[in-house]
Amino acid sequence: MAKKIVHRPELTFWEKLYIPQVLTGLKITSIHFFRNLFLHILHRLGIFKHRRAGVTIQYPEELRPLFSRYRSRHRLTLRDDNTPRCVGCMLCETVCPAKCITIVPGEHPDPHVEKYPVRFDIDLGICVYCGYCVEVCPEDAIRMDTGILDLASGTREGMRLDIHQLMDPELRKPVTNCSLDFPHQCEVTGGEMKGGWDQVRKYSDNQV
Amino acid sequence: MIELLVIKFILAGFVLFMVMNFAGLHTWIERKQSALIQDRIGANRASILGFRLMGLFHPLADAIKMFLKEDLIPKGADKTLHTLAPLFSVLFALMAFAAIPFGPPLELGDRVIDLQVAKIDVALLYIFAMLSLGVYGVILAGFASRNNYAILGGLRATAQMISYEIALGVAVIGVIMVYGTMDLGKIVDAQGALIWGFIPRWGIVVQPVAFVVFVTAALAETKRIPFDLPEGESEIIGYFVEYSGMKFGMFLFTDFLETIMVACVATTLFFGGWQVPFLQSDSVSNPVFVMLGMASFATKVMVFCWVFMQLRWTVPRFRYDQLMTLGWKGLFPIAIANVIVTAIVLVMIDLIGGKS
Repeated sequence: MAKKIVHRPELTFWEKLYIPQVLTGLKITSIHFFRNLFLHILHRLGIFKHRRAGVTIQYPEELRPLFSRYRSRHRLTLRDDNTPRCVGCMLCETVCPAKCITIVPGEHPDPHVEKYPVRFDIDLGICVYCGYCVEVCPEDAIRMDTGILDLASGTREGMRLDIHQLMDPELRKPVTNCSLDFPHQCEVTGGEMKGGWDQVRKYSDNQV
Repeated sequence: MIELLVIKFILAGFVLFMVMNFAGLHTWIERKQSALIQDRIGANRASILGFRLMGLFHPLADAIKMFLKEDLIPKGADKTLHTLAPLFSVLFALMAFAAIPFGPPLELGDRVIDLQVAKIDVALLYIFAMLSLGVYGVILAGFASRNNYAILGGLRATAQMISYEIALGVAVIGVIMVYGTMDLGKIVDAQGALIWGFIPRWGIVVQPVAFVVFVTAALAETKRIPFDLPEGESEIIGYFVEYSGMKFGMFLFTDFLETIMVACVATTLFFGGWQVPFLQSDSVSNPVFVMLGMASFATKVMVFCWVFMQLRWTVPRFRYDQLMTLGWKGLFPIAIANVIVTAIVLVMIDLIGGKS
């Protein structure tokens, strides 16, 4: 067993004087200080905006850039006639490990489309953002690419998104007016069925 | 007599106004400067009617917060002393400003007004006395809190301030020897002269070693990083743990006041006070000269405050034994040696017959 003697590095006289070391530190902080001060002044004058003067992201005004595969709030993709692409196959509800998705399917008048969701709820208070619903969907009907992160509510009910908010990510609680035409269980007007397929056809004739 | 009183009141009011405002601004300066050093942006959210002004309203918001907070006095603590302690701290820090000459003599008609609140022959001693009395605020705060940690913090603070006061005093002896007076006004006057016709005869030129010792010891006097062992807000508990509300704010305020005080003394002793380099009193009219002098003094003080703030955000804290070693084995012998060398040089100059 060979002994290995480790010599701690001794401070040289120059380092023991301490003042040169303080000046070295001051140099570093001063470089940062004056560079950032100069950049801030330039930003006030409206130039050199691409060189940032601080690493701080001013959150509500400036959003943090997200990866394209980042899983944020869900949305339902739409067909040309403004109805959900979802065919009510229940795969996402089945695969969901947190059991936060509730779908009530309804009959679609188009024989090429099996079903459609009369009701599509996601309870974000339970959701674990695993993204399985997106991966399992055969119709690319649900995505998690809205980039919305500021989800907060004072009540549990407030965390439940219904079909209105899922189809239009811009909508925030409380939703006051319903703009959907196809028959759906409308949470806005108190949970009764609303709309009809004859109203949808008016907008689009390319459906067979 | 009444006229003299009015003049003194105006002078005192002016000094108080400037000093208090600058100390209040120091919280903003501290936030913004540290932010710039660390590549951040700093507090900028407080706004009045949507105007943010780079966070300049934060000191105001702080003050309102401090005044509205509940003022707790621990059970069993000495109420009188507990209330007196922050008062002492602020009072002595403010009183020291009375002896600082902040501008050249102003001629109004046939009356000459010295821009100095109290014209004291031994102004330097007065300032040191006030700085030393500041210890009472600290030790009383620790003692009256009925908290063992607070008392230990107070003891640390007292030991540190007393140790560094010696180095501070001895460092200044060199300056007194060179200028031959303790009157700050006369010291500043003497610094207006030129050596060999082109170097201003400032304290830093004739006493560079004393300057380094003085600034180091003075930083320790202000109890700020790197010498903030009395407080050490992040790890060790300081003497004002049991304070809240505006009483705590007053201790914080004292820190800033002392920083400005030390900047003022350093400017007066080592950087020519209100002297503008190469500008003599007969080259411009008196009001202009006074304005320039006051601007020069303010600029120098601000630069010193900037340097102290930069040091505070650069240097890590000392260990307590390192602090004591630096004070007693480092600064004190250097200061003594400086005094001896200064004495020898002064005698030599006298013997040769030249005048420095």
